[in-house]
Amino acid sequence: MSAVPTTTMTYREALREAIRAALIADDRVFLMGEDVGAYGGCFGVSKGLLEEFGPERIRDTPLSESAFVGAGIGAAMGGMRPIVEVMTVNFCLLALDQIINNAATISHMAGGQFQIPLVIRMTTGAGRQVAAQHSHSLEGWLAHIPGLKLLAPSTLADARGMLAPALADPNPVLIFEHGSLYNLEGTPPEVGRVDIEHAAIRRTGSDVTLIAYGGTVPTALAAAEQLAGIGVEAAVVDLRVLRPLDDETIIASVAGTHRAVVIDEGWRSGSLAAEVSARIMEQAFYQLDAPVARVCSAEVPMPYPRHLEQAALPQPGTVVAEVRQMMGAADE
Amino acid sequence: MSTPIPVDREHGLDVLRQMLLVRRFEERCVELYSATKIRGFMHLYIGEEAVAVGAMQALEPQDAIVATYREHGHALVRGVSAASIMAEMYGKLEGCSRGRGGSMHLFDAATRFYGGNAIVGGGLPLAVGLALADKLSGRRQVTACFFGDGAVAEGEFHECMNLAALWRLPVLFLCENNLYAMGTALERYESETDLALKAASYEMTAWSVDGMDVLAVEEAARRAAAEVRDGSRPCFLELRTYRFRAHSMYDPDLYRTKEEIERYKQHDPIPALIERLRSADVVADRDVEEIERSIDEEIQAAIEFAEAGTLEPVEDLERFVYAEEVPA
Repeated sequence: MSAVPTTTMTYREALREAIRAALIADDRVFLMGEDVGAYGGCFGVSKGLLEEFGPERIRDTPLSESAFVGAGIGAAMGGMRPIVEVMTVNFCLLALDQIINNAATISHMAGGQFQIPLVIRMTTGAGRQVAAQHSHSLEGWLAHIPGLKLLAPSTLADARGMLAPALADPNPVLIFEHGSLYNLEGTPPEVGRVDIEHAAIRRTGSDVTLIAYGGTVPTALAAAEQLAGIGVEAAVVDLRVLRPLDDETIIASVAGTHRAVVIDEGWRSGSLAAEVSARIMEQAFYQLDAPVARVCSAEVPMPYPRHLEQAALPQPGTVVAEVRQMMGAADE
Repeated sequence: MSTPIPVDREHGLDVLRQMLLVRRFEERCVELYSATKIRGFMHLYIGEEAVAVGAMQALEPQDAIVATYREHGHALVRGVSAASIMAEMYGKLEGCSRGRGGSMHLFDAATRFYGGNAIVGGGLPLAVGLALADKLSGRRQVTACFFGDGAVAEGEFHECMNLAALWRLPVLFLCENNLYAMGTALERYESETDLALKAASYEMTAWSVDGMDVLAVEEAARRAAAEVRDGSRPCFLELRTYRFRAHSMYDPDLYRTKEEIERYKQHDPIPALIERLRSADVVADRDVEEIERSIDEEIQAAIEFAEAGTLEPVEDLERFVYAEEVPA
């Protein structure tokens, strides 16, 4: 059973509570994926759910990503509300045919006759010294695909609140849980839905907008804290929804601060950061005091040793340095 | 090979009509493709009609179908109108997929026809999922999943055989073995060419059937569908067939000999059926002529419907990328 501490809760527990609530609320909901049952989820998210809901609704799958992701699509078309857990974003590569050729296309290709109310959850990101094949951040790739919706909860409230609206959404929704967030601890959030249309302002500030999502939100907040120490007030925008992007919130913030830094754990080339940057250029060019800056992962396969991994990842210090340079350049 | 089951006149005429409808429809498609009315990729079912027609006799209206890009015949036999299929190939709004899918992506919710999948093997996981939904909902329905021999080489095939058998899902796997994966012959791409054996190794009932004999296919499909429906477990049929035309309209057909094609044409399933029905005295020449005449009318009307159809307004280009109504 999922014992919920009364005073604090982790991101992992918030996700579990969201799944529990969905299973209780709707008989059509079931969870399937590798090791979601007997093991309790590779990251412990579904611990106790097999005992509570049984093997029909908490389904351990073979290591067959394409089959069980595709089965999720078929089951959704057949009237169910599946939650498919792909252990990590790295393994979703084995199911890309189903995600891109089926989930994303069928509604449009069939002229709106079919809907795919499917949720696919996956862990993403690096930072745990698990080397190149287990450290990808491929959100930008998937955000390229029309027909998909992408969410990145970075707070307990979003971990708890995003699942219900994602399941209610008739479109395929991908939820990315950054591996570094599972142990994030805080006050248990309100039980209720959150919106899955808008970005959120996590910190207000008038000098620069730091734009982040998922695992880079804590990075942006830490950078903002350091910047405050040197008299720079940084706003932090948490994208939350990676597709479709909430241009309005992004542009409104940048219009107020006149400077933007996009922080993205994906590689810079062809990244989500590139897309956000382009949109700012398109929609707020004349309000900018400096070119948009990007802090992304180094363009290398993620190395194992800690010092190299940390050097490859976006760090608060790098963000601070970018902002200082930007402010300096603007002051001249 | 003939099968021992007797055929009554009504059923015999019905099956023959479906076979001829598919054949004549495909023949008109060739003309319309040459006339550039139909564009894109187009794959014809000529020679393979007995497979879809025979198998579909075993299905009920509530059952689901997942097919491949060579699926005009499956859609027709399932009851998707010739007019809406033709309009689809014309890219018209009146088509069964609003003209968005074309030849390879026929969809029809009303008959539970889930496409028209143009990635080899890509439909199998969908079929597994549709069957999973039926099982979890307690519905006694069959999902019929058609795919070619080429799909057997895909990882998705093996993943899906395992998953369907492991979870005892009501999927009827129908492998249309026409001996070629596009231009590569079966023995040149499979270490084990007995495809039923592969399925059987996943602990499911599997056997091979003469796919040029529509009544044999029907008999096997009825048996297999009953096992799937009543036993809630998958079943696999390998239907040995042959396509008389090239893989697609782009294919120069250089990988097989004229003699081979001619040899298989001697086993054309349509004359074989007519001969069978005639010798059993259930069908006369007059019946065949009458069927041909009514099919000709039906296809002509379908073409006129497609010609008269409208093009989807460009303003609608982005409709249905996402569902139009998202519950609050």
